[in-house]
Amino acid sequence: MKRTVSQPPTKAYESWGRYPRVEPCGVIPLDWRDELPDFGALGASVLPYGYGRSYGDSCLNKNGILLDASGLRRFIAFDDETGVLRCEAGVRLDDILSLVVPRGWFLPVSPGTKFVSVGGAIANDIHGKNHHQGGTWGRHVRRFELVRSNGERLICSAEENAELYRATIGGLGLTGLITSAEIQLKPIKSAFIDEEQIRFESLDEFMELAQESVDDFEYTVAWIDCFVEEGRYIRGHFMRGNHREAPDRPEDAKRALPLVVPFNLPGGILLNQYTVRAFNTVYYHRQVAKRVRKTIHYEPFFYPLDTIHNWNKIYGDAGFLQYQCVVPVENDNAAIKEILSRIRRSGEGSFFTVFKTFGEIASPGMLSFPRPGVTLALDFAYRGTSTLDLLESLDAVVRASGGAVYPAKDARMSAESFHTFFPAWDEFSEYIDPCFSSSFIRRVNGEDTL
Amino acid sequence: MNRRPLVNHTGSVLIFGATSAIATDVARRFASGGATLFLVGRSEEKLSALRDDLLVRGAARVETAVADLTEIESHERVVEAAKQALGTLDQVLVAYGVLGDQRASETSVETTLRDWQVNATSTIALLTLLANELERQRFGTLAVISSVAGDRGRQSNYVYGAAKAALSAFLSGLRARLSKAGVHVVTIKPGMVDTPMTAQMKKGPLFASPARVGQDIHQAMLRGRDVVYSPWYWRGVMLVIRLIPEPVFKRLPL
Ligand SMILES: Cc1cc2nc3c(=O)[nH]c(=O)nc-3n(C[C@H](O)[C@H](O)[C@H](O)COP(=O)(O)OP(=O)(O)OC[C@H]3O[C@@H](n4cnc5c(N)ncnc54)[C@H](O)[C@@H]3O)c2cc1C
Ligand SMILES: NC(=O)c1ccc[n+]([C@@H]2O[C@H](COP(=O)([O-])OP(=O)(O)OC[C@H]3O[C@@H](n4cnc5c(N)ncnc54)[C@H](OP(=O)(O)O)[C@@H]3O)[C@@H](O)[C@H]2O)c1
Repeated sequence: MKRTVSQPPTKAYESWGRYPRVEPCGVIPLDWRDELPDFGALGASVLPYGYGRSYGDSCLNKNGILLDASGLRRFIAFDDETGVLRCEAGVRLDDILSLVVPRGWFLPVSPGTKFVSVGGAIANDIHGKNHHQGGTWGRHVRRFELVRSNGERLICSAEENAELYRATIGGLGLTGLITSAEIQLKPIKSAFIDEEQIRFESLDEFMELAQESVDDFEYTVAWIDCFVEEGRYIRGHFMRGNHREAPDRPEDAKRALPLVVPFNLPGGILLNQYTVRAFNTVYYHRQVAKRVRKTIHYEPFFYPLDTIHNWNKIYGDAGFLQYQCVVPVENDNAAIKEILSRIRRSGEGSFFTVFKTFGEIASPGMLSFPRPGVTLALDFAYRGTSTLDLLESLDAVVRASGGAVYPAKDARMSAESFHTFFPAWDEFSEYIDPCFSSSFIRRVNGEDTL
Repeated sequence: MNRRPLVNHTGSVLIFGATSAIATDVARRFASGGATLFLVGRSEEKLSALRDDLLVRGAARVETAVADLTEIESHERVVEAAKQALGTLDQVLVAYGVLGDQRASETSVETTLRDWQVNATSTIALLTLLANELERQRFGTLAVISSVAGDRGRQSNYVYGAAKAALSAFLSGLRARLSKAGVHVVTIKPGMVDTPMTAQMKKGPLFASPARVGQDIHQAMLRGRDVVYSPWYWRGVMLVIRLIPEPVFKRLPL
């Protein structure tokens, strides 16, 4: 039965940061890719919704309709020989991993959680710890089907409907509904990662580590402590790794068992400045040696947070914001230093501050966020205008540096910032489907205030 | 509850209402163990989408048949086709059903009987046929999705509940009869499950995922259990609900 009307939401459709809290006027659960509603006849704008793992408002559509793509969760074809996987857009990355890892294949790009959909991964053109070698997710998407509100079903690839292909990768769900996609996976010999962790005590040391790891390590990322005293800039742990070359042995299966069963946090445990600071100090000192090598299963290496299902609720009802920016590496890293110093002075800071360098590999996506430079991601509990003012002041630094802020994690950047960060907007906007819209895009075009 | 899960069933699996969310999950579990499946549903497109998914997950072979199962004349043809395709009927799951609209049924005999035809009459007709096949074969498992709603008629959905009650009673007698032939009859009673059937209902903590229920069904089929509540705590909940005296029960807003 083809649905022609939306229904009131029967569960919470939030973003990961739980800020802002805005309600759609209706939801349409999509269960079959040949049974789609007529998007143009619903009387309100529509926006695809995957699993709400975006932090801000890019997956929200206040007073509009959400197309819940989680019912489009079927595989279509998988070729063991070539590693080409075809699946529906609501398939989650963890579905893919459980299917392909035992057959010797892996995701071409892994974000920090495996609970995201293939459609969401395309729409945000996500990146992972291997950006310097593999580029973004979009580079590994061979083709996808896009359904537009005029009823057209288009196969998009670098050759066919190439402009829509480029617009949809990183296109924030605005160019139409992706129903299925074809992804090129990468071969692996083992489910384990040979990992090395190195303590560093300055930004220069971090930059050197990043530089020396580019060729020899597929995955690199660093965690930093924002609370170290003024003048020291940073200290942290640099993590780098490669898929293990030796094939897995039967006894490895035991080690692969998850140590922690995914669980929900009990209510009432909340974060504050003191717990964050204590956590950072303990985390930094947990590793005494300068350099530690170990072999770990891919799950804890890539998705350490996935064992706590609702960790985002730790910030309480007000929710939180994540701030992720990238700034070019130049001028003695003045921009990064200024950003860190502004955060430090504000006294607001985060549990996990992630640091990484992006490489030169360009994405096909018009509006993609990653570009060469250093990227920094951290969480801020939402405390009203003080938080918003701080983040705006960070944007100013990013604007001046020629960098960008990641829309997938944003709930507040100004229209001016957005258009400075994404000069391809004018080209992109021609491909927006007239019936598709989001809270994010209305905000950064000054059409809607919260 | 600490029995090790059984996983591999490389034999045959026949599913009626295969495109249901719950049945899909069960089919996936059999597929990844390498089973051969025969899927019955109403839509060619849906069956073909599901077939592709099951093949990717490891099914040895997947065949499909389109039928509206309320048309009882179709049953023989479908069962015959399944036998042809599968050889033996090792595992059979009957999963189709409709929730219906209680309010609409109250004012329409036609609606009441139409839903009854899906959930009770046609299912019982199909089971009669399947039971004889399995009895002749002298092995196999016949699992049927009934519902906790069949344990006591409640004013909010007694039309659906009564049909499921008829089904549960039918299955309990059938189980006793077929046990002599070495055939297992499994009655499955899910609580509330988050599927397209309940798309319009507000989701609360009592809703289970299709994966949770699918896992219970898969295990119950492999073990040849009798009556399975899913998730397990519904057994206790329904026990309490059945114990409430009628004079009190009729006043409850259930
Ligand atoms: C713990 C955590 C770690 C993360 N780590 C990373 C990281 O390392 N790198 C990174 O890049 N991101 C990261 N993210 C962000 C996340 O990967 C992206 O926001 C991702 O797009 C979320 O996918 P989703 O399926 O939940 O989509 P949603 O958040 O629901 O939607 C995201 C966007 O995709 C669009 N969309 C969804 N489905 C479709 C479809 N079928 N067709 C068209 N458009 C669609 C939506 O309209 C929306 O614009 C992280 C998020 C979390 C919570
Ligand atoms: N969801 C719950 O809360 C819940 C609780 C207890 C019991 N159950 C039972 O679980 C079973 C599966 O339901 P579900 O929750 O998985 O819902 P579902 O996804 O909506 O599945 C219902 C299925 O029944 C099929 N069907 C309906 N009428 C049919 C007919 N005349 N002929 C053939 N097929 C028909 C539908 O086919 P189409 O795909 O062609 O529409 C659909 O595949 C049902 O028996 C239901 O009563 C469900």
